[in-house]
Amino acid sequence: MNIKQLIKKNILETPPSGIRKYFDLISEMKDAISLGIGEPDFETPWIIREEGIYSLEKGRTFYTSNSGLTELRVEISNYMKNRFNLTYEPKKEILVTVGGSEAIDIAIRAFAGPGDEVIIPEPSFVAYKGCVMFAGATPVTIELRAEDNFKLQPEQLLNAITERTKAIILGYPNNPTGATMQYEDYKAIVEVLKDKDIIVISDELYAELTYKGKHVSIANFPEMKEKTIVINGFSKAFAMTGWRIGYACGHPDALEQMTKIHQYAIMCSPTTAQFAAIEALKNGAEEVQRMVEEYNRRRLVMVDGFRNAGLDCYEPTGAFYVFPDLRSTGLSSDEFCERLLREERVLMVPGNAFGACGEGFARATYATSLENIKEALARIKRFVEKVKNK
Amino acid sequence: MEKQILDILRTNSRISAKDLAVMLNTSEEEVNATIRQLEERGVILGYDTLIDWEKTDYDKVIAYIEVRVTPQRGQGFDKVAERIYQYPQVSACSLMSGSYDLFVVVEGKSMKEVALFVAEKLAPIDSVLSTATHFVLKKYKDNGIIFNRVSKDEREAVVL
Repeated sequence: MNIKQLIKKNILETPPSGIRKYFDLISEMKDAISLGIGEPDFETPWIIREEGIYSLEKGRTFYTSNSGLTELRVEISNYMKNRFNLTYEPKKEILVTVGGSEAIDIAIRAFAGPGDEVIIPEPSFVAYKGCVMFAGATPVTIELRAEDNFKLQPEQLLNAITERTKAIILGYPNNPTGATMQYEDYKAIVEVLKDKDIIVISDELYAELTYKGKHVSIANFPEMKEKTIVINGFSKAFAMTGWRIGYACGHPDALEQMTKIHQYAIMCSPTTAQFAAIEALKNGAEEVQRMVEEYNRRRLVMVDGFRNAGLDCYEPTGAFYVFPDLRSTGLSSDEFCERLLREERVLMVPGNAFGACGEGFARATYATSLENIKEALARIKRFVEKVKNK
Repeated sequence: MEKQILDILRTNSRISAKDLAVMLNTSEEEVNATIRQLEERGVILGYDTLIDWEKTDYDKVIAYIEVRVTPQRGQGFDKVAERIYQYPQVSACSLMSGSYDLFVVVEGKSMKEVALFVAEKLAPIDSVLSTATHFVLKKYKDNGIIFNRVSKDEREAVVL
């Protein structure tokens, strides 16, 4: 029996992530430095871990309600209000999910299917396209440009919209570019979207990691609030990646249907993580602040280091990624990253792994120790000089 | 910026002014001037090194000593504290609230040496009423740094 032949066409047609290959290469190397891992290098703050332990000690090992613990949803509601000035009612407008990833998946599944188009500005988080394709819908990509600081431009959006457009996925602060959208940047986008029946899936997982100005959500615009699903979570802000906990906020009619998918596919998000998350929201702000300050310092060191190495590098204002321009070396993203890894044992992820328009760039994360960053930058400088002097 | 510089130097006093300037988005001159000012104002008093003596071949004994004293008229505790902190064996000395008055840290090569110092030098001081010596058996954490922690990056490859 040919199993592969039985697999659905849209699954087979979805390419595996381009990042994988590099992880296989680095696993065989000694003293290689990885600037490739997209997760915090901090452990979850102890007060949060401790709360998870207490919940286990007390025997809180049962499912929670499908939508998540009421207390957690109330805390999320307070947090969204106090931190981002977004009002969501805990019972009907908030759903606790297994990481932001699940929220992205079920939001897409609830709104898009065969015949529908979903707009994805690229470079972007690799899962958006995959999830859209698994849902049977068609991804329509927009090529963001370095000269626009990787911000979405209204003309680009307008050109991408057709009668079949069901949704657009926005990811700011952005993985992999580190770009953010400010109020003024969104204003023109809102003008395009406000009268259209297009859902905005706004992935704001990196909201806390904003280094210039305050984080702005497109849902902060009253005319957009109803048709925006805001997705946030604990992985990046509270260094809780392994706990697998995030959430979606939006209109009750949307959340009701997303909850249906969630309850049949997942039941509920991990109970231990939910108890820990309550503590994170209640008392974690100071720890978040401490981590953000540290990221910010590393960010500046990283940008300075790439420019010093002779690469163009626009200044990212969010997340924990830097997206330097490799084109002055004459190498493609893949050539650059593969040679850098083999010759200097530093891993960066080629930009084209995040969409074709990422070609000529590479992603480096500063979610690693300052010591590692400095050593990696010295090696990168040596490599770039070697390539350019040839 | 002052606070930021202090926060960074507190855990890494070896960092260069050049690195500090990049991290704080300012100039090297500005950083140097701020540090000089902090030194002149006596805010920064020194740059010490956190050492885990257990891992060396040197003998090192540390004792925390609670000292109860009678304060002296007109001079409070300062006079007796001064008599105590002058000894080079005393590495720290603080006035405390609570059931004793002075908290004194004494370092020596052996328990006997420290005990004798307390018996022969500290206890006989006129206004000292009593002392209680506690030897440090094991340090878990000091100055915000956890001792004996194996720091290994255990993050696995994940696609995102």
